[in-house]
Amino acid sequence: MKAVMSNRAAIAMYVLPALLLIMIIIYVPLVLTGYYGMMDWKGFAPMKFIGFGNYNKLIHDSMFWKSTYHSVLLGIFSTLSLFIYLAVSMVLASRIKGANLFRKIYLIPMLLSSVAIAQLWSKIYDPANGMLNNLLMAFGVENPPLWLSDPNIVLYSIFVPIVWQYAGFYIIIYYAALKNVSEEVVEAATIDGATAWQVATRVKLPLIAPVFKVTIILALVGSLKYFDLIFVMTGGGPNHASEVMASYMYGEAFSKYNFGYGSAIGFALLVICLLMTWLIRKLTASNEDVQY
Amino acid sequence: MSELAARKRSDADSGTHVKARWVGRIGFGILYLILGILAVIQIYPLLWLFLFSLKTNQEVFGMSPFALPQNPQWGNYPKVWSQGHINLYFLNSVWYTVAAVVLTIVLASFVTFAITRMHWKLSKLVLGLFIIGLMIPLHSTLIPLFNFFKHVNLIDNPLSVILSYTAFNLPVTIMILLGFYQAIPREIEEAGVIDGCSVHRIFFRIVLPLTTPVIATTAIINMIYNWNEFVFVNTFISSDRWKTLTVGVNNFVGQYLTDWGAIGATLMISIIPILVAFLLLSNRIVEGLAAGSVKG
Repeated sequence: MKAVMSNRAAIAMYVLPALLLIMIIIYVPLVLTGYYGMMDWKGFAPMKFIGFGNYNKLIHDSMFWKSTYHSVLLGIFSTLSLFIYLAVSMVLASRIKGANLFRKIYLIPMLLSSVAIAQLWSKIYDPANGMLNNLLMAFGVENPPLWLSDPNIVLYSIFVPIVWQYAGFYIIIYYAALKNVSEEVVEAATIDGATAWQVATRVKLPLIAPVFKVTIILALVGSLKYFDLIFVMTGGGPNHASEVMASYMYGEAFSKYNFGYGSAIGFALLVICLLMTWLIRKLTASNEDVQY
Repeated sequence: MSELAARKRSDADSGTHVKARWVGRIGFGILYLILGILAVIQIYPLLWLFLFSLKTNQEVFGMSPFALPQNPQWGNYPKVWSQGHINLYFLNSVWYTVAAVVLTIVLASFVTFAITRMHWKLSKLVLGLFIIGLMIPLHSTLIPLFNFFKHVNLIDNPLSVILSYTAFNLPVTIMILLGFYQAIPREIEEAGVIDGCSVHRIFFRIVLPLTTPVIATTAIINMIYNWNEFVFVNTFISSDRWKTLTVGVNNFVGQYLTDWGAIGATLMISIIPILVAFLLLSNRIVEGLAAGSVKG
C-alpha cells in the first residue's frame, strides 16, 4: 500500500505541472515586481538599476497615499456592511419559508462580470436618462446629485454597486454557516429557556465567529484589490477622486508606461495585502475558537 | 425537538395572549417585506437593462426610464451580434473558458490527489503555496507577467490568457476539491492496491470517477470566473481577433456611447450564458461559492 502510494515519479508527475505553472505565473512575478520597482524603466527603453529611488518617491507621493486611503475606505465600508449581510442571513436561517429562493435571488448580481455591472450602473446613474435620478425627481428631489462626476460622492456611488454585487455572496456563506450549527445545541439552549433572540446572539453567533473572521479578510483584502468596476465606471476620476491602489498602478504602468514606478506600486499593494491579512488574523485571534 | 422543549413552548403559547401572536405575525410580515424589497433591488436593475435593450433612442431619451418599450426592438440583438465583432468575442470567450476550465480541473485534480492520498514529505508546504495564492493581488504580478509574455512572444496570444486563468484559479479549485478528496474512504484505494493496480490506475479508474460531482461544482465556478475576467485580456491582448466578450463589450460600449439599445443588447448577450447556467445549476454554484471561500 505505502509503496504504491509513495511512488516518487508519480508524485512528481501529478504535482510538478501545476506547481511550475503557479511559480511562473504567480510567485516569480511577485518577486520580480519588487525587483523591477528598483529600476528606472519607462516605455520601451531598457531598464536601469536605481536602487530604492522609486520606493522613496512612492513614500512621498501624495497620489499614492490618496489611492491607498480610498482602497482602505472601501475596505472599511465593505467590512461594516458584513454586519448587514449577517443580519439578513440570520433572518433567512430562522424559520423563513422560501429562504432558499431568496438567497439565490440575492446571489444573481455576483455572477455578472464587473464590466457588465459597471456599464449597467453607469446607466442607472446617468444624470438625464438614468433610473435613479428619474426616481428621485419623481419623489420631488429638485437637483439630484451627479453621482459619478461629483468628486465628493463618487466613491460612495461606486460602493453601492459593490454592495449590490457581493451581498449575495456573503449571505450564502453566512447562511451555510448558520445552517451548520447543530440542531442539538440549539435545542439544548431552548430547553434551558433561551429565547429565540438569545439563541441567535449567544449560541449561533459565537459558533460562526471563525467564518465571520474569514469574511472580514475576504472583504478587506478584496477591497484592496478592487479594480475592474472602478476602471470601467470612472477610470479613477474625476480628477483621481475614485483612484484606488490597483487603478493607480495600472494607469502608471499601462497608460503612462512607467513600468518601474508601476512595479513599485504593485509591490506596495502586495505588501499591504499581506500585512492586512496578518493583522486581521492577529487581531481576531482568540485563544480558543468556541466549540460545543 | 425533544418533548421537554415542546412542553415549554406550549406553556409559553398558552401563557401569552392572542395579541402577542398578532404582533409576531406582523413582525414576520415586516421581515418578509424587507426580504422582498431586497430581492427587487437585486433583480430590478437587470430587468431594467433588458427593457432598455429593446428600446429606441427616442424612447430612452424622450420618455420615462421606467416605461415599457412600446415596440420592442428585437433587431438590436442581431445588429450588435454581427456589427461590433460581438460574435467573434463570444466565440473567443467560449473557447478560452472551456480550455482554461479543463486545464485547471485536470491539474487541480492531480495535485489534490497527490496531496490528500499519497505520502510525501513536502505535501503540506506545497498545499500552502497553492492556498496562499488566494490572497495574492493579481495586479502585483501584471507588469512582470506582461514583460515575460512579451519575451516569449505570447503577447496578443490566447495562450497567455489561458495560462493566467489556470494559474490564478488553481487555488480556489484545489480548495473546493480538498474536502471531497479527504472524505473518500481509504479502503477504496487499498482494494485497488491489493488488486495490483498502479497509482495511475487508482487515480484515473477509481478516484477520479468518484469525484464527478465536485468536478461539476468546480467547473461551473471556474466557468463564471473565466467568462467574467477582464484585466488579463485587457492587458495581454491587443488585436480584436483575440479579445473576449468582457473586453470587447467594454470597447464597444465606449464607441457607441449614445445608442442605449445597442449597449443594452450587448450587455445582455454577455450575461445571458451566465444566467442560463445559473438557472440550470444554481445549487452547485451556491455550494461551490460557499465551499471555495471559507474552508481555508
